[in-house]
Amino acid sequence: MSDLLSLSAVAARAALESGEISAPELTTAYLGAVEETAPLNNYVAVTADRALEMAAASQARIKSGEAGLIEGIPVGVKDLFCTAGVVSTACSRILEGFTPTYESTVTANLWREGGVMLGKLNCDEFAMGSGNETSAFGPAINPWQGGDGVDLVPGGSSGGSAAAVAARAALLATGTDTGGSIRQPAAFCGIVGMKPTYGRCSRWGIVAFASSLDQAGPFSRTVADNALMMQAMAGHDPKDSTSADAPLPDLMAALDKGVKGMKIGVPAEYVMDGMDGEVVALWEQGQAWLRDAGAELVEISLPHTKYALPAYYIIAPAEASSNLARYDGVRYGLRVEADSLDEMYAGTRAAGFGEEVQRRILIGTYVLSAGYYDAYYLKAQKVRRLIKQDFDSAFETVDAILTPATPTAAFPVGRKVDDPVTNYLNDVFTVPANLAGLPGMALPAGLNSDGLPLGLQILGRPFDEASLYSIGRVIEDAAAFSAVPQRRAGGAS
Amino acid sequence: MSVDKSTVARIARLARIHVPEDRQEKLSAELSGILDWIEELNEVDTENVEPIASVTGHSLPRREDVVSDGNRVDEVLANVPETASGFFVVPKVVE
Repeated sequence: MSDLLSLSAVAARAALESGEISAPELTTAYLGAVEETAPLNNYVAVTADRALEMAAASQARIKSGEAGLIEGIPVGVKDLFCTAGVVSTACSRILEGFTPTYESTVTANLWREGGVMLGKLNCDEFAMGSGNETSAFGPAINPWQGGDGVDLVPGGSSGGSAAAVAARAALLATGTDTGGSIRQPAAFCGIVGMKPTYGRCSRWGIVAFASSLDQAGPFSRTVADNALMMQAMAGHDPKDSTSADAPLPDLMAALDKGVKGMKIGVPAEYVMDGMDGEVVALWEQGQAWLRDAGAELVEISLPHTKYALPAYYIIAPAEASSNLARYDGVRYGLRVEADSLDEMYAGTRAAGFGEEVQRRILIGTYVLSAGYYDAYYLKAQKVRRLIKQDFDSAFETVDAILTPATPTAAFPVGRKVDDPVTNYLNDVFTVPANLAGLPGMALPAGLNSDGLPLGLQILGRPFDEASLYSIGRVIEDAAAFSAVPQRRAGGAS
Repeated sequence: MSVDKSTVARIARLARIHVPEDRQEKLSAELSGILDWIEELNEVDTENVEPIASVTGHSLPRREDVVSDGNRVDEVLANVPETASGFFVVPKVVE
């Protein structure tokens, strides 16, 4: 096998089963790729010894016919997931050195199914950001470059995860998505990212950002690999009271179902003023692909779309300000000594939280404070219901919805933005699905004139990830996206 | 909606984050900008709309009221900055 890094997870599984390759061989190739792509700063911790041990155990299970769904497949883990015995920091100074004594349910599921852990991946601090630039470990770099060769962000918050998979430094990776943190980086890095229905994947052991919005999901290079990983990581978990006790259908079986007879909605409100012409053209192309494959395209209206972002920027910071109250210098992580308890709290939190996290905690504290709760928080929760109702009525007539994944392609690292709101607009197409709890997939559909990937997004009914995989497969086949990033492992030019 | 410097100081105190005076001005501008943008929500008629509590509509499951976990002092204290005799240690709070 000449090029282990170019195998899909599905192909690698077949080659492992046939004995054409071994799990230690595959893991060794990926550890080499991790090292080769180290300048991209995608990994914040590499667990090479553990990976080799896990790969050896996988090989034994393959031999004895006990292989799990992703047996022997090298997986990277967003640093937001707690991994037993491996430092887990949410890429924040305040969790410096925090080594959990327990394993998140999602990663435990992946290891149970034979996944091999390569290490922890860079992300925005506490998953708050859209460019992976708020990380305490510095920015992760996108393996794609435009014509000018400038370093680009991989998107965020799961930037390191998306960049590592795109750069062939992980075959699969976990992400979390609170407002687009899986789908936007997937689009920026030219790979497939799925935010499942709220409740599909357990949140237990994942560092909480906004608990009513957070969902874990898979990153992969192909739609089939994504379905495979989703099948391995999802499932009901009594340890997360919001985890859904809903049966997970056979997602691999959904891949070849096609879209004949499906009704796909195209929301009029997703045409934004000043939208990139190339993004619009790609969206229209996506509609044509689905029509050619036998789907019926239907114009729909989601009238409250423009209010999703402002509602999100009340609800998410409010929940964050509450969730992040636990970082107090007493129980774990950083502590700045002071004479009084209050000064110790305030000093620790000032030193440990970065600027964006502080900003969001302050906004959240403000909108929840006496006298403002009704005007901001309750108002946002009412608007959230209207947004969900928009989707509910759309799904009475359509089976899924097609939109662009992001308003633009990846932007340069360090781009100067005076106004935090400008950064927030990155998530304009992705945030509504979090507010409504819907599954959403982003996948690459083409390159812009600068040679950078652009993605489409498919939104589905709650718990209907299967249809997203059917539709995603059709788009993947039609788009035949075969471009590869310049700064991938094994791609030295 | 404008958040002035004294409001920044007040919410920073509520959030237990020390914000030095020379950063309050910038934060006041940033937070005001964000809140101005959020004001857009006032365009939406939410008369007779109930605030949403759960997107899935599932009610939270209940379990037997029995001890299901515990006795993990070492694990709980494994990452604590300062401990003594199996307790968390904080600066003195009672004179």
